Amino acid sequence: MDEGLKSELQKQGVFVTSFEELYNWGRKNSIWPLGFGLACCAIEMIAASMARWDLARFGAEVFRPSPRQADLMIVAGTVTKKMAPQVVRLYNQMPEPKYVIAMGACAISGGPFKQGYNVLKGIDRYIPVDVHIPGCPPRPEALLHAFMTLQRKIDEQQLTGAERPRHLVADAPSEFPVPQYGEHDLEPANNPGLWHPPSVRR
Amino acid sequence: METLEQIKTRIEAAIAGARLVIIQNGSPAGQHSLLVDNEHGLAVAEFLREAADLRFDYASNVTGVDWLDAVVKKTIKVKQVIDGVEKELDQVVEEKKPGYLEAIYHLYSMELKHGPLVLRLRTGDRGEQNHVPSLTSVWRGAEFQEREIFDLYGVIFDGHPDLRRILMWDEFKDFPMRKDYVEPDDYEYEPTAHDEVLEKAASHNAPKATG
Repeated sequence: MDEGLKSELQKQGVFVTSFEELYNWGRKNSIWPLGFGLACCAIEMIAASMARWDLARFGAEVFRPSPRQADLMIVAGTVTKKMAPQVVRLYNQMPEPKYVIAMGACAISGGPFKQGYNVLKGIDRYIPVDVHIPGCPPRPEALLHAFMTLQRKIDEQQLTGAERPRHLVADAPSEFPVPQYGEHDLEPANNPGLWHPPSVRR
Repeated sequence: METLEQIKTRIEAAIAGARLVIIQNGSPAGQHSLLVDNEHGLAVAEFLREAADLRFDYASNVTGVDWLDAVVKKTIKVKQVIDGVEKELDQVVEEKKPGYLEAIYHLYSMELKHGPLVLRLRTGDRGEQNHVPSLTSVWRGAEFQEREIFDLYGVIFDGHPDLRRILMWDEFKDFPMRKDYVEPDDYEYEPTAHDEVLEKAASHNAPKATG
């Protein structure tokens, strides 16, 4: 609908919207995160939710203790290989629509610990990540920025067509395989259907 | 606190058959340690805790060390007759030293405010004979640290109340802190590789030999 006409109608007391706008408006303003942290990034996440940075302004103040009630997983901290299956399982238990923010250097790549035999080199190897935040740890402002980025991303999604959100695609997966503890490493070491190593040009 | 030599003499007097060796530390710290044989390890530990003027009631730290099999080159003088003249020649002899694993206890006395006393236990080798006595019954705080050494080095502590992996998962087979540990090859994506990582990333991406 034409923006000018819409604004003109609003001045006359007629509120016009589309179902898509209403749907996305509702989705983006009540993103409830799952209350779990893995390392020092969790401290910044907690700070972001408290009075000084006040995540409540974005409709995300309710950290849920159960994945069944959560919309957003903030992977805040180092994901060890021993913890990775639990993180994937928690993600699988969340209902659609669900989103993931990978917070901090460790969650996006393994960070300073990536050469360790026990650290997963980025949670995007097992679950789809919507927003990556670099930083070690990122400041609460960076987490707020990630929130706003996620909200913008939701707002811009079209409900029909090839670009529609995953939960509206009937055959798109909502759950991802949980890696098994192997004798030497997690099995599989990544989800090949989800993650492909980006090519590095030197 | 008495010197290590005095303590060694006292232990040998108190525990018949205990074989103790003082391992010298050549660094400026000069923190020498006491190597105890495995049969008398527990008795020595109990003595150190109970003896009236020693009273080592606190094991502050237990750690592991992996010593690989080593070849030591020694130069010895050999007399040889060359052209009817006896000469002294240098000959290099290679001597194989089997590797072993070590558990090292740092002991303090809270009561008498002295320490540390460094106690070492050694396994027979890095393979089948990887047993040392557990000292958890003497110092309760050693329980988790002995489990950690079991997890990361593969030292088996005989007499430990609950010996299982503590950091890695139960299905894990390797011992990551051993020097010959081969880590899983997950170097498929290294955006800022350098030095060691660059080598590993290059060997990961190198075309694999078929066959």
